[in-house]
Amino acid sequence: MNFDPRYSGRNFTSVGTRPIRPDGVDKVTGRARYGADFNMAGQLVGRVLRSPHAHATIRKIDTSKAEKLNGVKAVITAADLPDLTDGDAAMYDILDNCMARKKALYDGHAVAAVAAVDARTARQALKLIEVDYEVLPHVTDVDEAMKHTAPLLNDAIFTEGLEEKPVRPSNVTKRTQFGHGDVHEGFGQADYVVERSFKTEQTHQGYIEPHACVASVSADGTADLWVCTQGHFVYRQHCAQLLGMEASKLRVTSSEIGGGFGGKTHVWAEPVALALSRKAGRPVKLVMTRDEVFRASGPTSATSIDVRIGARKDGTITAAEATLRYSCGPYAGMWAEIGAMTAFACYRLENVRTVGYEVLVSRPKTAAYRAPSAPMAAFAVESAVDELAKEIGMDPVEFRIKNAAQEGTRSSYGPVYGPIGIGPTLEAAKNHPHMKAPLGKNQGRGMACGFWFNFGGQTCTDLNIGMDGSVSLAVGTVDVGGSRASLSLVAAEELGIAYEQVKAVVADTSSLGYNDMTDGSRGTFSSSMATISAARNAIKILRERAAQMWDIPLDDVVWEKGHAIAKGEKYGNLAALSLREIAAASGKTGGPIAGHSELVADGAGVSFATHVCDIEVDPETGATRVLRYTVVQDAGKAVHPTYVEGQYQGGAAQGIGWALNEEYIYGKDGRLQNPGFLDYRIPVCSDLPMIDTQILEIPNPNHPYGVRGVGETSIVPPLAAIANAVSNAAGVRMTHIPMSPPRILAAIEAERGG
Amino acid sequence: MAGVAVLTTINGDNVEYLCQPDETLLDVLRDRLGLTGAKEGCGTGDCGACSIILDDRLVCSCLVLGAEAEGRRVETIEGMAHGDRLHPLQQKFLEHAALQCGVCTPGFLIAAKDLLAKNPDPTEEEIRFGLAGNLCRCTGYDKIVRAVQDAASVMKGA
Repeated sequence: MNFDPRYSGRNFTSVGTRPIRPDGVDKVTGRARYGADFNMAGQLVGRVLRSPHAHATIRKIDTSKAEKLNGVKAVITAADLPDLTDGDAAMYDILDNCMARKKALYDGHAVAAVAAVDARTARQALKLIEVDYEVLPHVTDVDEAMKHTAPLLNDAIFTEGLEEKPVRPSNVTKRTQFGHGDVHEGFGQADYVVERSFKTEQTHQGYIEPHACVASVSADGTADLWVCTQGHFVYRQHCAQLLGMEASKLRVTSSEIGGGFGGKTHVWAEPVALALSRKAGRPVKLVMTRDEVFRASGPTSATSIDVRIGARKDGTITAAEATLRYSCGPYAGMWAEIGAMTAFACYRLENVRTVGYEVLVSRPKTAAYRAPSAPMAAFAVESAVDELAKEIGMDPVEFRIKNAAQEGTRSSYGPVYGPIGIGPTLEAAKNHPHMKAPLGKNQGRGMACGFWFNFGGQTCTDLNIGMDGSVSLAVGTVDVGGSRASLSLVAAEELGIAYEQVKAVVADTSSLGYNDMTDGSRGTFSSSMATISAARNAIKILRERAAQMWDIPLDDVVWEKGHAIAKGEKYGNLAALSLREIAAASGKTGGPIAGHSELVADGAGVSFATHVCDIEVDPETGATRVLRYTVVQDAGKAVHPTYVEGQYQGGAAQGIGWALNEEYIYGKDGRLQNPGFLDYRIPVCSDLPMIDTQILEIPNPNHPYGVRGVGETSIVPPLAAIANAVSNAAGVRMTHIPMSPPRILAAIEAERGG
Repeated sequence: MAGVAVLTTINGDNVEYLCQPDETLLDVLRDRLGLTGAKEGCGTGDCGACSIILDDRLVCSCLVLGAEAEGRRVETIEGMAHGDRLHPLQQKFLEHAALQCGVCTPGFLIAAKDLLAKNPDPTEEEIRFGLAGNLCRCTGYDKIVRAVQDAASVMKGA
């Protein structure tokens, strides 16, 4: 049956309510099983040896002593993970990142691994592995890495995207450019121009659960993998490819996931655990320590961004341009490209140009972090926008409203917008009581806007109706924050039954067709679309069965409120058949009743948010306090509003940490100096106020219920909103994130001195 | 290394186990006793995901040796509900959606239980500082604070 994904207005019964999530009781009683909570009989403990050097050639690895230690069952190096990537450069990078092949490329890069009978033996074995390194010069700073004098991290890299192919290799892997109009002409029309340079430091997603998996490879070549991941189907594909297996022979089960935020979209330890298990002939459990999580997984890019924006006296922006340099770690990425696409996406611009540079540095491979690349670009652009408004003498909200993108606007990255929420979020922020609340001494208010694309992707869902009329919903998108609740609501809505009658599970890779991972804010968007489609397919069968039971034509049977109804006066005596009644008879009417759906969820509606915050700055110490925080964001349609609020609040809190405190600190030796939660300090309860939320619902025309993704946009505005608030409070423009007390103090003192 | 024999009380039950002298109580709970409700988020006492109550004192079980539990009382998340009756904090965490991924939740519940045992009527600020030893990366703490406030008022009325 053809599925029509277009939005059609309707009155909701289940969608929009706030029931308790189906996985909730297990999570408050300690029963829920996360990555490290699973064990197999005969399981070994795996551990990874990591490079202490930021850049070094691996001359030789001697594992013989470790292999002889009693209790050691397998030791592996890159030689045990032969290159099967067949010219696929991206997969080769993943392989090399899992286990260094010729060179160690960052402090923490895996070089060998062991499987032993217990953790202590495994730790001892690591100490017995001898690695002969030739230490090479390294570079960790994004601007330093771009210089011609910088140590070259990969001499096979020649910058792509230049007009002429370069003759010399470079740490810049790619240049990209977006925009339209004539920026030069636009700046010529400007009465005011603001030009600024900004820097942001590298942060980590900071999920509380370290990466963990249990791998079991059988002698017949089949394997099982239990793992905390945002995308078990993608993990299966990558692991199978790297280990030379057929995907169908590897069953991957996603555990409950203790946070991911983009950081659990890439394999690191899983191919290593599988290779260890293959060699040892026993299951292997591999759990990262927190130190390893910081040194070897994540993080986001460090950036250096120049922005220039011009406007007329009346507040119309005439031209905008930005140059964005993003660190990628030691492997090519597309992080600056995404930053360049998002930078000016909130605005209606005639002349705009952004240029992105992807830069290799001696740091861990950059991974996605919630709306990856967008927060840094927004920090730079929204800071300059605020400054420009101030120069013109306009209120920063009015200035943004005047220039906000609208339906029909050609976005700075190309596409023309449909119905969007940037204007409404700005209007809502303008009218919010927060905007009128008085401020005290040393306090400042800041605001900023944010944009994220959202993603749809490949999705497969099964909806099975039991003989008792209860509904099992099997989805393939990992539940990172309540999607089993929202998808159960959607199934209940479509079928016209109670939420409690539906039980949603995340199916393993052998039980369901391929699903892209839970990223791009796609979990609820795409799987709800597939759930609606599956439910509609099931309803067609339910109608057929009712027609059969009544012996009337299918076209005379309609589905309403969980019942088949015979339409027409001639059927006046036929009582409606409930889903339960039809299900109970299914054994005699054609067998089990189910609805399936396989689709590509196109048309993820773009998402916009506006944040407002009040910050107090202590001018003596540079310390800050977040006094008040308000998030306004378009959800399209909030399926489970409480969890939508949770996404808004969580993104804001992560952004607050990024803006004020979190950063990777490298020593001159290229080693990470703060790989732990004590020194890489994420916000704690006492650091934050309540985070107020306002959900706007501007329906996405490409989803039956109007749903848009909501997970990521909330981290885009905070860096800029807080920077604007701090700048207003301290009386000096802050241009370097995080705005830790020493940086704020230095800025205040420089302003006083100057 | 020879194992250490330990006799202790966990969630009211007498429990005996053998552990290595350098083994943490968290590892004993998780790997020897199958009580995986306490999580290891850091192993250095910074995240609070492994919070338990040891003789009426809130501790990170990753900073306690298994051998130190000898003769003491250990309370873990597995002992918080009474049969199928949830503790008011557990119920309020569900009602307020005070969890997203849920991996920090057992630690927060134990810490909140300890907080309310010592201060049945905390202010918002007291809750925020009382729970400052527990990291949550998903919620921004807003709904956690509200759940604890709500649970406190229910427990006072009980």
